[in-house]
Amino acid sequence: MNAITPIDKGASVALGAPIDVTIENVQKAFGDTPALHGVSLDVKAGELVALLGPSGSGKTTLLRILAGLDAPTAGRVLFGGDDALGLSVQDRNVGFVFQHYALFRHMTVFDNIAFGLTVRPRGERPPKAEIRKRVLHLLDLVQLSGLDKRYPSQLSGGQRQRVALARALAIEPRVLLLDEPFGALDAQVRKDLRRWLREIHDQTGHTTFFVTHDQEEALELADRVVVMSKGRIEQVGTPDEIYDAPASPFVFEFIGESSFLPVTVVDGAVQLDGQPLDLAALGAPSGTATLGFRPHDVSIVPDGGPAITGTIVTERRHGGARRLELEVGPDKHRVEIDMAVDHTRLPGGQVAFRPHRWRVFPR
Amino acid sequence: MAATTIATVRKSSVIPGFGLALGVTVTYLGLIVLIPLAGLFWRSASGGLDEFIRISTDPRTLAALRLSFTTSFVAALVNLVFGMILAWILVRYEFPGRRLIDAVIDLPFALPTAVAGIALTTLYAPNGWIGAWLAPLGIRIAYSQAGIIIALIFIGLPFVVRSVQPVLEDLNREVEEVAATLGANRRQTVRRVVMPALWPALLTGFALAFARAVGEYGSVIFIAGNSPYKTEIAPLLIVIKLEEFSYSGATTIAVLMLVASFLILLAINLVQAWSRRRYGDV
Repeated sequence: MNAITPIDKGASVALGAPIDVTIENVQKAFGDTPALHGVSLDVKAGELVALLGPSGSGKTTLLRILAGLDAPTAGRVLFGGDDALGLSVQDRNVGFVFQHYALFRHMTVFDNIAFGLTVRPRGERPPKAEIRKRVLHLLDLVQLSGLDKRYPSQLSGGQRQRVALARALAIEPRVLLLDEPFGALDAQVRKDLRRWLREIHDQTGHTTFFVTHDQEEALELADRVVVMSKGRIEQVGTPDEIYDAPASPFVFEFIGESSFLPVTVVDGAVQLDGQPLDLAALGAPSGTATLGFRPHDVSIVPDGGPAITGTIVTERRHGGARRLELEVGPDKHRVEIDMAVDHTRLPGGQVAFRPHRWRVFPR
Repeated sequence: MAATTIATVRKSSVIPGFGLALGVTVTYLGLIVLIPLAGLFWRSASGGLDEFIRISTDPRTLAALRLSFTTSFVAALVNLVFGMILAWILVRYEFPGRRLIDAVIDLPFALPTAVAGIALTTLYAPNGWIGAWLAPLGIRIAYSQAGIIIALIFIGLPFVVRSVQPVLEDLNREVEEVAATLGANRRQTVRRVVMPALWPALLTGFALAFARAVGEYGSVIFIAGNSPYKTEIAPLLIVIKLEEFSYSGATTIAVLMLVASFLILLAINLVQAWSRRRYGDV
């Protein structure tokens, strides 16, 4: 039965060579519940792309559609220009890594990694010696040499995830898909693995998608970050673009720390409760708008000049700074700002400040 | 004063009461299992070695033992296959009536076995609903070994289902999905990924169904026909010996069954221990 499976599917693409991935207007609904509303994305060969968003944003659904584990309701997915949706999971040749490793626990590390090669139809299956060579090479790549005879239950979480990655790489995938690969690991291991994954990617050069809800991880690891929310792409950009020029209040709030105030834009300048703040509207049209800034991007205004004035509600230590929570204006909008650690102002006191970097979003 | 404090501190553990629990366990097992079994051995030895050998080499005894163990084995095998399928359907599919079927599986536990035996006999007798269809084809179920096997399948059905079901529910779907992304077709995934995870539970279910079948009496005697050398199971032979007041005869057969059952269950347990060691914390 196996032997008659067509073996030349995707033969025009050299196995393992990085390929472009094009996602065109992909939609997905589970019953009546839409999970993806028309997502489009172009990813270049060899790119490392983070799909970032809160739970329920559709990022995992998109990843599973790329793998062929779920089928979209509408839309197209192209691998290297060829239609990928027509291919079954088995024929799609993608490496998939789950958050909880999904290792075969009755198999040794060696057999886990070799699995994808040993299930190939006889004609395509490499000889035993070749499989052995390749597995040992991969073990070396993921820095687990010598652990080939262990069972998954004898490994730590970080080691298990590296086995899972080696297993995915063994089939020389055209695309590598990682679903929250570090989500189940503790903070230190996660940081190490992050750096290590970047190194592996630079060596192997697979077109890689990884899903995460950790913005720090996405910004540090990815060439490009795709921010998703409620089944839509909010913004696509390099980590710098995403962090410095967020396209929407959602992205601004999701990436890094943020404070928001309702303002009005009059003649290209921002006003708060009718008072000019001497902040440019950065192209936002006249009318109501939202002013966004990061707590560490503010400076104290000594006295007099245009400023946002608030009453201190709480203050607490925050890393290398002291963070104040303020109530601003008659509606008591809460914002957070950072001040020098040696700054001593007590709750109840007044603070006047102005952001030196900010964004204005029309409402 | 100080010494007693230290002693109390040292004794207290997170899970207290080990001594008491062990005492209860040993006493309970002794009263319920070990003393009756010791009495069994004692009684079978009372007739002397010659008597023991005579009864245990009697062709009728051997035929009954062989019948009991082979029919139980076949019934447990059938239950292994169909119990696995039933568990699979109950865990993997949502369909109307699923909960009802789930409840029906436990019926053989609750039904008096004599009732089951009578019901099955009525169905499979040559003039019964099913037997009437099979009789013209020359197939006889009731009053033959096939009848015994059917009764044993019936009473052993819940064991495999109930041992496999929780393991299957626990089995991560992601493991199957990852196998598919690695290129394994469905057959390879089931054979190399799903079945190895289920083997320990399947073996447990098999062992339980087998053990239950070997000791079964009530349902079988109605459907078996009970003709010596052909359809006479060992538990029935024990009852016959008792009715003839041949206590050493009854206990000798009982001891033989006990030893054989023990060896078989021990072998199954060893296989399980081996697989658990290999598969880790299954």
